[in-house]
Amino acid sequence: MKILVCISKAPDTTSKIAFTDGNSKFDENGVQFVVNPYDEWYALVRALEIKESTGGHVTIINVGQGSDDAIIRKALAIGADEAVRIDAEAKDAYYVAMQIAAYAKDNAYDLVLTGKETINYNGSQVGGMIAEGLSIPFVSLGSKLEISGTTLTVEREIVGGVQVIEVEAPAVISCAKGMAEQRIPNMRGIMAARTKPLNVIPAVDIADLTSFVSYEMPGEKSAVKIIDPENMDELVALLHSEAKVI
Amino acid sequence: MILVYINSTNGISKASFEAVTYAKKLGDVIALSNGSLSSDDLAHIGSYGASKVLVDRGVSGDDQQQVTRMIAEVASSNGVNTVVFSHDLHGKSIAPMLSVSMKAGLVQGAISLPDAEGCIDVNVFSGKAIGKVKVNSSSKIISLLPNSLPPEETGTACAVEEVATQAGNALIKVLSTKKPEGEIPLPEAELVVSAGRGLKGPENWGMVEDLAQILGAATACSRPVADIGWRPHHEHVGQTGVAIRPNLYIAIGISGAIQHLAGVNGSKVIVVVNTDPEAPFFKAADYGVVGDAFEVVPRLNEALKKFKAS
Ligand SMILES: Cc1cc2nc3c(=O)[nH]c(=O)nc-3n(C[C@H](O)[C@H](O)[C@H](O)COP(=O)(O)OP(=O)(O)OC[C@H]3O[C@@H](n4cnc5c(N)ncnc54)[C@H](O)[C@@H]3O)c2cc1C
Ligand SMILES: Nc1ncnc2c1ncn2[C@@H]1O[C@H](COP(=O)(O)O)[C@@H](O)[C@H]1O
Repeated sequence: MKILVCISKAPDTTSKIAFTDGNSKFDENGVQFVVNPYDEWYALVRALEIKESTGGHVTIINVGQGSDDAIIRKALAIGADEAVRIDAEAKDAYYVAMQIAAYAKDNAYDLVLTGKETINYNGSQVGGMIAEGLSIPFVSLGSKLEISGTTLTVEREIVGGVQVIEVEAPAVISCAKGMAEQRIPNMRGIMAARTKPLNVIPAVDIADLTSFVSYEMPGEKSAVKIIDPENMDELVALLHSEAKVI
Repeated sequence: MILVYINSTNGISKASFEAVTYAKKLGDVIALSNGSLSSDDLAHIGSYGASKVLVDRGVSGDDQQQVTRMIAEVASSNGVNTVVFSHDLHGKSIAPMLSVSMKAGLVQGAISLPDAEGCIDVNVFSGKAIGKVKVNSSSKIISLLPNSLPPEETGTACAVEEVATQAGNALIKVLSTKKPEGEIPLPEAELVVSAGRGLKGPENWGMVEDLAQILGAATACSRPVADIGWRPHHEHVGQTGVAIRPNLYIAIGISGAIQHLAGVNGSKVIVVVNTDPEAPFFKAADYGVVGDAFEVVPRLNEALKKFKAS
């Protein structure tokens, strides 16, 4: 299997979220960046497991600028064979997906894996867009993936349940919890990552369809009202008449 | 013309009525569904503002790419410039494909109507901030987060028209489907009762389930509780679990770690029950009870029963 894993850069969850330039840009000052957890823990690790059990080749791909190279090296240290960075600002999901689709089309991958969503923009958009761009099936929220020949068996989350489906490769699958277990890169992996190829290629010409114009912080919560643990009637009354939720 | 896609898997959800209500505020609305919903149920969508409902009974809905082709065809033959989804697992996965197919900018997880500049609010950074998105293309797709506006039932039933689109064959073959019976799906629940490691063991969840039952709420849990197998995985909320924004979230014996908050801090009202007054969750709470869950929850259940009976 030739597998393409899409990885994105995301701020560590404990980062302080702030904006600059009149609230139009994410303030990267002092922010620690990581590989988006779903991409790393689930998509990448499952790809490596498949390669280890049935053979194959794992390429990671990122649409981003030079500042993304650190997280790309981390993904190489976990075990990917090579990396491609499409040298462009990740303007919107459509722009990113069309870049990846263009690359995947030229290089004939059997399987494209993405994370379920990025933790900064939480869009869950890129995977489905790549699939439609390539006119191949898309399976969202895969929690298990088995491969036999060219047949992919995927357990996926659906509204209020889980479903097991079968689809023929090539396909795009977005990966969620259950797919694999997180792997910590070891020293050998980190050393090897330094010499693995990281090919930087130019972007194709695509217009973005959406833009983030500005950001704001949600209104500050008013201070918590502390209720006497002996007096649950009061809590019920407040939920009814003040909060109006029951 | 605005088109609202109605998914057919579990009957018509409240989130679908919210999507029709939202669409009606943008212009004239038609709805499109597939599968086996009854014509009476579909006609009821008219009460929320749709002028007619189209349904392609030949499309099952299991292959989301097939659904995408169905929607694209109906959109183009009905002069549709905006498609609205409810942001459930169907909408979340179909909307991006349709965006490519229609070359229409997508607002994923919208929580507001467009403002005067046409910008729509979405949650970003796991709910820690709000982003304003502008669509640059002439056609638009909006996937509306459940519980973002109340459904408004003001009109009457509308006509239901059967259509047969050229959506092609399903490429995905379903081998099996498991659905927990009789439970309220977490992402759609308006009231959620959730508990964490403070409950000490799975045998202590009885009082939490009682509370959920009295309220008509769904149950949720923190990640460690699902990881050790005290509760099923689909109940796990947070950054790596399900993200929810119910009207009421009651958190019992959960510390309020940032990764947990990431999935629940969009809730309208948060109640926290915790023995530790320093638990970080109190900072995100509207109402706090500093006390032992094993005493507080049974007392709350009694108080609620009394309230419900009055
Ligand atoms: C990358 C990453 C992703 C993560 N994703 C998630 C996620 O999606 N969701 C999630 O939940 N966590 C997630 N976590 C874990 C998270 O950091 C916390 O460890 C977890 O939420 C803690 O669960 P808890 O509050 O149930 O347990 P604890 O932190 O152990 O808290 C138990 C609480 O119960 C209280 N308590 C004890 N006894 C009682 C009693 N008798 N009555 C009332 N209160 C009592 C204690 O004071 C304490 O506050 C993630 C962690 C990482 C690193
Ligand atoms: N800039 C990017 N480069 C490569 N892959 C990306 C990029 N952004 C998003 N992805 C992939 O698409 C998935 C979904 O992203 P999103 O649509 O932003 O939630 C992520 O989990 C990644 O696998």
